[in-house]
Amino acid sequence: MANLKQLAAKEDLLTGGHRACAGCAAPIIVRQVLLAAEHPVVVGSATGCLEVTTTLFPYTAWKVPFIHNAFENSAATVSGVEAAYQSLKRQGKYDKEVRFIAFGGDGGTYDIGLQSLSGAMERGHQMLYICYDNHAYMNTGIQRSSATPLGAHTTTSPAGKVIPGKKQYRKDLTAIMVAHNIPYVAQTSVSHWRDLVTKVKKALDTPGPTFINVLSPCRLGWGFKPEDTIELAREAVENCFWPLYEVENGVYKLTYKPKEKKPVVDWLKKQTRFRHLFKPGNEELLAKVQEYIDTEWEKLLQKCGVE
Amino acid sequence: MATKELVARTGNEAMAEAMRQINPDVVAAYPITPATEIVQLFSAYVADGLVDTEFVTVESEHSAMSACVGASTAGARVMTGTSSQGLILMAEILYIAAGLRCPIVLAEVNRALSSPINIHCDHSDTMSVRDSGWIQIFSENSQEAYDNMIQAVRIAEHMDVRLPVMVTTDGFIISHGLEAISLLEDKEVQDFIGPYKAAYSLLDVEKPITVGGLDFTDFYFEHRRQTAEAMQNAKKVILDVGREFGEKFGRSYGFFEGYKLEDAEIALVLLGSTAGTARVAVDQLRAAGVKCGLLKLRVFRPFPAAELAEALKHLKAIAVMDRSDSLSTAGGPLFTDVRSALYDLPERPAIVNYIYGLGGRDITVEDLEGIYRELQRISGGGQVQETIQYLGVRE
Repeated sequence: MANLKQLAAKEDLLTGGHRACAGCAAPIIVRQVLLAAEHPVVVGSATGCLEVTTTLFPYTAWKVPFIHNAFENSAATVSGVEAAYQSLKRQGKYDKEVRFIAFGGDGGTYDIGLQSLSGAMERGHQMLYICYDNHAYMNTGIQRSSATPLGAHTTTSPAGKVIPGKKQYRKDLTAIMVAHNIPYVAQTSVSHWRDLVTKVKKALDTPGPTFINVLSPCRLGWGFKPEDTIELAREAVENCFWPLYEVENGVYKLTYKPKEKKPVVDWLKKQTRFRHLFKPGNEELLAKVQEYIDTEWEKLLQKCGVE
Repeated sequence: MATKELVARTGNEAMAEAMRQINPDVVAAYPITPATEIVQLFSAYVADGLVDTEFVTVESEHSAMSACVGASTAGARVMTGTSSQGLILMAEILYIAAGLRCPIVLAEVNRALSSPINIHCDHSDTMSVRDSGWIQIFSENSQEAYDNMIQAVRIAEHMDVRLPVMVTTDGFIISHGLEAISLLEDKEVQDFIGPYKAAYSLLDVEKPITVGGLDFTDFYFEHRRQTAEAMQNAKKVILDVGREFGEKFGRSYGFFEGYKLEDAEIALVLLGSTAGTARVAVDQLRAAGVKCGLLKLRVFRPFPAAELAEALKHLKAIAVMDRSDSLSTAGGPLFTDVRSALYDLPERPAIVNYIYGLGGRDITVEDLEGIYRELQRISGGGQVQETIQYLGVRE
């Protein structure tokens, strides 16, 4: 793999001047992904922050071919692009080697686009689907999704007098994608560029459909300072809220193990969406957040064969 | 000119045959009664290597149209087929296909919408997406379905148009009814449609384009206006292609077809398979001295308002037959459009609306004769008793 210096010398395929918030992780993720690609790529995106901030007509931030269709169909749309490619190539009407990447936020992937994603993965298209998971519908103003963690305040799971934020645990989308028995599934974070770039490269080199779930802190939705994006993502990895791992042909591999598993409270305290958890009376909920992380981490270690 | 012997084909077989001969680059489709057979037949062509098509067996109609849009913007010639609930599940993306100017061709088999669930013919599905920016062409029989599919490719891909086209048949009545039709040679079809060259393609990686960008108040209106202009341009292209098809293959097509209309005093205006039944009614009544006629509308979108007004202006009374109900209480979709088209005439014919045949309820020659008799009464100076009536329904 190219080192940081070599990557930095490559052309940025998502240009500056887009309208993403200061501190938004999504464009950082996209730039890392595009740096990892060694072939020309065609990119699709679901409706969401990434799409609206990069394609405001008559401008575009994309220096690669890009398509946005609707919210729930990024995977189906890119599967159509890929089908055109396969057909034209087979007929001798096209001769380039191209890779296909579909992006979606957690709303467009865990929720409304899950069927479209599942179908595309099952059909075996040569495409990489990347979910930038920021834990809620940030583009419409921070509504809860099935990726929102337990206890988080969002505008549709508000911390009220009776209900302390989101009542449910997160959906484990990465596990659902593993269950599709596709050749490559991974989880990574915007904070770990080498891990991310390595996984994207691996996915793009894999024949068949691949999926990567990327943690993408949202400074508005999570409530932190824009300069802390990468730090918040790193801490989520260090406290095992967001483990870095990959599943290659069904074989689990932990790609990063924190030296010391930190308690989640320090991370929660840095985000206003969890502020209410520290009020008297919510101690039990706070404990449940930690318990869930512990349980899931242990399960993952077992799957990865790590002591 | 093709003067081959006739062969027996159902509407679905005729449409699938046209698709095989068109040989699209990509088909993305999902099964739904009564259109399923089109997808099945086509998948057999794929399995037998008779087409070059990449066949995407999607998990829903929503994904079918989504994949079609992806493939079309990647420069492929793209087709699909559906019906009823499938069409309205696609609805969101039908609008996007039109807005993105994707020349997709869709074989649509008209079927009632739920609820109650019903698998039989009416036009509610197609009518529900009449404002989506798709060109809508209705077929009376298998022959027309076949011919329309081939013409649809030319219409959709014309540079002045670049809009998607749906060709419809009536569920079961046409889709599963066996008829004698004349097929073209594969080469004749290929020569007629020509090769497809997209103006822009996502696969042109050296000249990257952004498709589906965000328009705010400063551009949205202009882009919608361009789509409206394309629909306007489609009128000439539809006529040109219909004429050329006639010159080459002996069957010409326009926006609509009149039957004994020119000297008629009363007429029905309708869509699809009911035209055949209406012709029998016209012949019988003509034999009895009734000056009646028929206008079968082929192209519902774009709506040929001025041309219809010209063709209907001499009539004394018209009954518009709607095989769907808008539930607006002001008449069916065909009725409101036809009545609006006649508004600027200095002397307007009397006009009534019959909503009929919902959920596949049969329509008979006697039913239509009864309507002609009522039009006779109105044209003779009788009052219109009820402008909108539900034909043959148990009240």
